[in-house]
Amino acid sequence: MDMLNALVAILNFVVIPAASYGAQLALGALGVTLIYGILRFSNFAHGDTMAFGAALVILITWGLQAIGIGLGPLPTALLALPFGIALTAVFILGTDRVVYRFYRSKRSAPIILVMASVGVMFIMNGLTRLIIGVDEIRFDDGARFLVSVQQFRAWTGLSEGLSLRVSQALTLVVTALACWALFRFLNRSRAGKAMRAYSDNEDLALLSGIDPERVVRLTWLIATALAVTAGTLYGLDKSFKVFNYFQILLPIFAAAIVGGLGNPLGAVAGGFIVAFSEVAVTYPWRKIATYLGFEPQGLLQLLSTEYKFAVSFVILIVVLLFRPTGLFRGKSV
Amino acid sequence: MSNTRQAEAVSPWRAPVLFLILAALFLAEGSFRNALFSGSWNTALAILNMGLISAVMALGVNMQWGYAGLFNAGVVGFLALGGLAPVLVSTAPVQGAWAAGGPRLILALLVGLGTLVLAAQVWRRISGAWRVPALVAVLVAGFVAYRWLFDPAVMAIEANNSARAGNIGGLGWPVLLSWPVGALFAAAAAWGVGKVALGLRSDYLAIATLGIGEIIVAVMRNEEWLSRGVKNVSGIPRPVPYELDLQGNADFVARAAEWGMSPAVASGVWVKLLYAGLFGAVLLALILLAELALKSPWGRMMRAIRDNETAAEAMGKDVTRRHLQIFVIGSAVIGLAGAMMVTLDGLLSPNSFNPLRYTFLIWVMVIVGGSGNNWGAALGAILVWFLWIKAEVWGPELMRLVTGPLPAGALRDHLLGSAPHMRFIALGLVLLLVLRFAPRGLVPEK
Amino acid sequence: MAEPYLSATDMRGGYGKADILNGCTLTVERGQIAVIVGPNGAGKSTAMKAVFGMLALREGKVALAGEDITRLTPQERVRKGMGFVPQTHNIFPTMTVEENLEMGAFIREDDYRDTMAQVYELFPAVADKRRQNAGELSGGQRQQVAVGRALMTRPSLLMLDEPTAGVSPIVMDELFDRIIEVARTGISILMVEQNARQALEIADIGYVLVQGANRYTDSGQALLADPEVRRTFLGG
Repeated sequence: MDMLNALVAILNFVVIPAASYGAQLALGALGVTLIYGILRFSNFAHGDTMAFGAALVILITWGLQAIGIGLGPLPTALLALPFGIALTAVFILGTDRVVYRFYRSKRSAPIILVMASVGVMFIMNGLTRLIIGVDEIRFDDGARFLVSVQQFRAWTGLSEGLSLRVSQALTLVVTALACWALFRFLNRSRAGKAMRAYSDNEDLALLSGIDPERVVRLTWLIATALAVTAGTLYGLDKSFKVFNYFQILLPIFAAAIVGGLGNPLGAVAGGFIVAFSEVAVTYPWRKIATYLGFEPQGLLQLLSTEYKFAVSFVILIVVLLFRPTGLFRGKSV
Repeated sequence: MSNTRQAEAVSPWRAPVLFLILAALFLAEGSFRNALFSGSWNTALAILNMGLISAVMALGVNMQWGYAGLFNAGVVGFLALGGLAPVLVSTAPVQGAWAAGGPRLILALLVGLGTLVLAAQVWRRISGAWRVPALVAVLVAGFVAYRWLFDPAVMAIEANNSARAGNIGGLGWPVLLSWPVGALFAAAAAWGVGKVALGLRSDYLAIATLGIGEIIVAVMRNEEWLSRGVKNVSGIPRPVPYELDLQGNADFVARAAEWGMSPAVASGVWVKLLYAGLFGAVLLALILLAELALKSPWGRMMRAIRDNETAAEAMGKDVTRRHLQIFVIGSAVIGLAGAMMVTLDGLLSPNSFNPLRYTFLIWVMVIVGGSGNNWGAALGAILVWFLWIKAEVWGPELMRLVTGPLPAGALRDHLLGSAPHMRFIALGLVLLLVLRFAPRGLVPEK
Repeated sequence: MAEPYLSATDMRGGYGKADILNGCTLTVERGQIAVIVGPNGAGKSTAMKAVFGMLALREGKVALAGEDITRLTPQERVRKGMGFVPQTHNIFPTMTVEENLEMGAFIREDDYRDTMAQVYELFPAVADKRRQNAGELSGGQRQQVAVGRALMTRPSLLMLDEPTAGVSPIVMDELFDRIIEVARTGISILMVEQNARQALEIADIGYVLVQGANRYTDSGQALLADPEVRRTFLGG
């Protein structure tokens, strides 16, 4: 019985939160890694793209709620998401047009593009603050729980409870769908293959008649769609706060580098690796140890939650030290 | 970067004229009282002092970016680390803190450091199947030992007079001494990060420094034994007299009356002038040293490496090593600025270290001023800082002007309330515009 | 006499201020193999890049099948029937062999399965590895993939920049055999080679370039027989 309780506790406090957080990171890291693979720079504005998109989604959600449209048990934000993606994509394609394209045509050093992305980050950050403010916003409506602690206890008779929130389940489902669609696109479609070809060997892709500007536009579109989805899911799961999206940049970069920059499959794996490490290291294991018959003195928490970003950082450093191309061999350039 | 360096001739008067304009702005701030300026010398000098410190920060960033093309996205961390120095070196010792857990704490930190060194040795010396298990064993054992020593020590220190202290306290040494110590702190952290992230792709350093920046700030915010966290450390000693003492000094009051100032205003101005002299001296000394270094063979090599890494490498220059040098030196300068800033404030407030303000604003200063040119970086820093502060006043004024015709209501309130956020947009725009249309900045590199 | 299929005449130009090509002329007839040889720094690869439009010419003219293409971009020249195999970085390493060939056919709107079958027929060794990533193949097989990719547009002129650089002599012989086979199907070949002797043996026409200008032009056999050429360029 205690063994079962321990298992349920691990599921409830570690596996489920880490899986949904990992899925959010994976979506973010996919965008970073795609942009890196095609445009060859680390996009510092990615976190604020997530925030900007999520803010638009929230505004649209409020609008839909005001006119009484909803999705029943599912959050209304899901309905607002496509509109949020479309608006953000327009903005991002605009930034490509007025900012990045110039440096691309000049073949500037990657670090100049990174710098330009910092400028874009500032503007997007300011715009987000302007349209929605800096306060914490909760926008998850509909049903809260798919499985609540009480239900679970009643069903199983275990003392330890387990809950699965709708936002968590939704995150996992949406991420799985997005990844499936993305990999199908990259591996099966002509445009997707052209993207991979461009990422592999830019000059040869040009010789083969692939239009670089089309590939770049497509990349921004996909990365934006993934970013806005990730931002919305993250906001639904936790809450929306502008500054959190700046901070999530580090775990996202760590995930992309762990998986190998430029490697989409690696980005997904990296997202889950970072999330599971972060949750495992900051979770107090005392409860589980007690179930297993130990009587620990302290909380058995390796690191306090405030330091969760240190976990990403340590993972990042370890990968840079031992395998700079990432676990799944990205670009080493 | 290479393509922005075909230098067209720049008038030699450009820098002096720009500095004159800057001086005029400060004079206007001090003398005119209207919608644009405050007319208060105290305000003008306060802006100037922080501007001078920003110039020192910009100098550090300029060394890394302008001399070597290194993108440090964690300036805030090195700054905060430097700011820790005045607390640890110069604040008065806390009664009982050392006795409560000082030695144990030091031991814990030594064990932690030793574990890392040992782990590195294990990795280097042992090969084969035992390598990874041995490494893990060392790390786990070290971590357990560290926590066993660390936790009780921290609890004891934090319990010691927790309302007013609760931290380990300082050594009570003169505060000026803490400035080089702050530089050392930052340099040590930079060495660690640089050792790992330099020599790889250029973006990796940016991402790694972004991480270390966040972590250092998180440590300052949470380790109450060290920095009192959100409770702040106040009462950091000053290198200059206190205003209240001056106001109590009959000589000073008499002299203030001669100048036609009230003792309160005069004491504030006098203290700020002393600070300005101190910071100005540091800034000038640093610029002098930096210029001398840049003209030396070392500086020429540095620029050669920046302009063509591949060629420099082919000529047998150890590019990574040089980059590490300049990264450490630049971070030390940033750390120094951190110590100066905390000294000026008389307060260490870990919550105030915001990356947008202390990393990316400094970057804008350097890019606007002229990356690669020390005078340009200093000019850019003071100018951007002045505008950043004034934008706080000018932004809402402008908004009020623009929204004047709008009826009073939610929209107008929202727009008025959001004026401060405009600063970020303006900052981003300035960065992008300068990067695109004047990549060499206001005062380009010679 | 009718104009040759490819005629690049009196090309002058370079990357910076100094010209690398100083009046270089290259012509290839239909189904011919033309080989450019010469000492290091003679401008061999530059000449080929100029023909392909990767270098802006200051003077001179490039015509393909009688049409002036001097001002066209490389991509436009591909559409006109040129195929180019760069010396290095000539495959998509993380894509499968089959995907490499598909990318070669990117500009084709019609059904290219026949062409792909022909390429596999020409290079049976890589046909067996069509689902493998091209980056995992051996050096010789990679070159075959690279040539196969360029053949996917069904070019009328195939240009190869040192196709045998860094491969073993056996692989080199096999690659030359394949190139002869390609030429027999009516495709003109223009090739830069470091292994001058072997390349001239299969050449219908050979160009010896020195300092960006033609020094000797003759059939491959004639050049091999010329004692002057042998002494100065072929090492006796």
